[in-house]
Amino acid sequence: MSVMTEITIFVLAAFVGFEVISKVPTTLHTPLMSQTNAIHGIVMLGGLIVVGYANDPLEYVIGTIAIAFGAINIVGGFMVTDRMLGMFSKKPKPKADAADGKGGGDK
Amino acid sequence: MNPLAVLQPGGDAATALYIVAFSLFIVGVKRGTHPTTAKQGNLVAAAGMAVAVVTTLLLDGIGNWGLIALGLGIGTAVGVIASVRVKMTEMPQMVALYNGVGGGAVALIAWSEIRHGISLGEEIPLDTLIPVLFAAVVGSVSFWGSNIAFAKLQDLIPTRPMAVPGQQAINVVLLIGIVAACVSIAINNDDPNQAIFIAILIAAGLLGNLVVLPIGGADMPVVISLLNAFTGLSAAAAGFALDNVALIVAGTLVGSSGTILTMEMATAMNRSVANVLFAGFGGAPAGGAAGSTEERPHTSIGAQDAAIKLAYADSVVIVPGYGLAVAQAQHAIKEVADELEKRGVTVSYAIHPVAGRMPGHMNVLLAEADVPYEQLREMEEINPEMPRTDVAVIVGANDVTNPAAKNDPDSPIAGMPIIEVDQAQQVIVIKRSLSPGFAGIDNDLFYEANTSMLFADAKQAAADIAAEIQQL
Repeated sequence: MSVMTEITIFVLAAFVGFEVISKVPTTLHTPLMSQTNAIHGIVMLGGLIVVGYANDPLEYVIGTIAIAFGAINIVGGFMVTDRMLGMFSKKPKPKADAADGKGGGDK
Repeated sequence: MNPLAVLQPGGDAATALYIVAFSLFIVGVKRGTHPTTAKQGNLVAAAGMAVAVVTTLLLDGIGNWGLIALGLGIGTAVGVIASVRVKMTEMPQMVALYNGVGGGAVALIAWSEIRHGISLGEEIPLDTLIPVLFAAVVGSVSFWGSNIAFAKLQDLIPTRPMAVPGQQAINVVLLIGIVAACVSIAINNDDPNQAIFIAILIAAGLLGNLVVLPIGGADMPVVISLLNAFTGLSAAAAGFALDNVALIVAGTLVGSSGTILTMEMATAMNRSVANVLFAGFGGAPAGGAAGSTEERPHTSIGAQDAAIKLAYADSVVIVPGYGLAVAQAQHAIKEVADELEKRGVTVSYAIHPVAGRMPGHMNVLLAEADVPYEQLREMEEINPEMPRTDVAVIVGANDVTNPAAKNDPDSPIAGMPIIEVDQAQQVIVIKRSLSPGFAGIDNDLFYEANTSMLFADAKQAAADIAAEIQQL
């Protein structure tokens, strides 16, 4: 890909990001921040590529740590967002009961 | 090498799959902005991530499967355990931590890329080198800055603003040094010096520490959101260096949407992002106010009196703040509200846009305690009703109720929109002590004639009040 193609993609993606986020209810700020946070965990692909093609001990170490970091970012990010949003949905009553049970011990 | 290798790096098939992945990210974020579709949106984005990861693993030439499995295994295990164990109250610092490791990954990848470039012994093209340098600096700033934010929110280090003398000057010198070092590497792109590159990583880390340390706990939401946007941009830069379209689009998407979110949060506090980053809340007024705190008269009451005031009111507004989160008092408060509703008292919750340490933080906690969504009222909506409210109960909130924001133009929080509890007939403040909030300034509300202070842990106090109401 030429640099100019990449810059074109970059600029368009920036506008998409600005447009997609407009008038978000305050309630959803934290979950949304958490979700976009999980999405930048995509840097893990960089770690996979680095390790996948590495042939030097230090690069093995750096790359493996990068993969682990990226995986924490992705897995933790999406799961925490899911937990947060689960609090808002009306249907899953059992889930809410479970949360109550936790706090119930010291009632 | 790769038994599964079916895709050529940069080939049409791989690119097409990456396009599917980033389309799912965009749809996911879009759905994340509406209450009814948010949960689904998160899953859509996660599916996009799965597509992107699998695509990358199928690239021809990928090897070192043991190491890849090790990294994925450790990261997944930590991520799963941390996100299952984390309490809802600790959500903000968890996001800070995840953001930090993301930034750390970017910085490490940048380091690895430069080592790779050096080992080839050829001139590294500037369209690779410049993004790598950008990713290294921003990733490192984000990693260290997020860790400081995490440590502050987790109370591992003091939440109050901490600054060393000549802080701004040191930051400027560091920044100039980093830029100069980057330029020197870019000029010598035929043989970049790795030691200088490592020095850049360290200096950027130091800068991340120094920028976030002086920022008080109250501003952390804005900082975390800003660092989130930074990490997104650094991921995009890594995408430029690796010629990876999924990284460019996803990183940029996070960068720009994160910027909008950050500005929305700063606006809610009536401050600019620059103001949050560089001004902090002034240390001087905090010191002065703390000195005068001791002498001012205030009214202190117990749980029984509070219960009586509440039980015989017609309308009660509960104003939750970070103290509620710390004390895990959301269930106990819900019990108080239930008791009051049994007696026909109208109960609602006033949510300040930045109550707690993240926008929406209170909503999440109260939803966890099964508080009906309709009872959660936003600041603009509830303020006009305040004069008609019999009792406003403040649970662990402080700065967001401080009338000085309206009345005292010299106050550090002047102009910040507040929940106008001072307009209510009676105010009960449940708080551990008279100590100032994260802004470090005294709250005049505590000394008003119609304000009663209930000094206790929020959870204990709420449980006591609920018990007292039952006996009335």
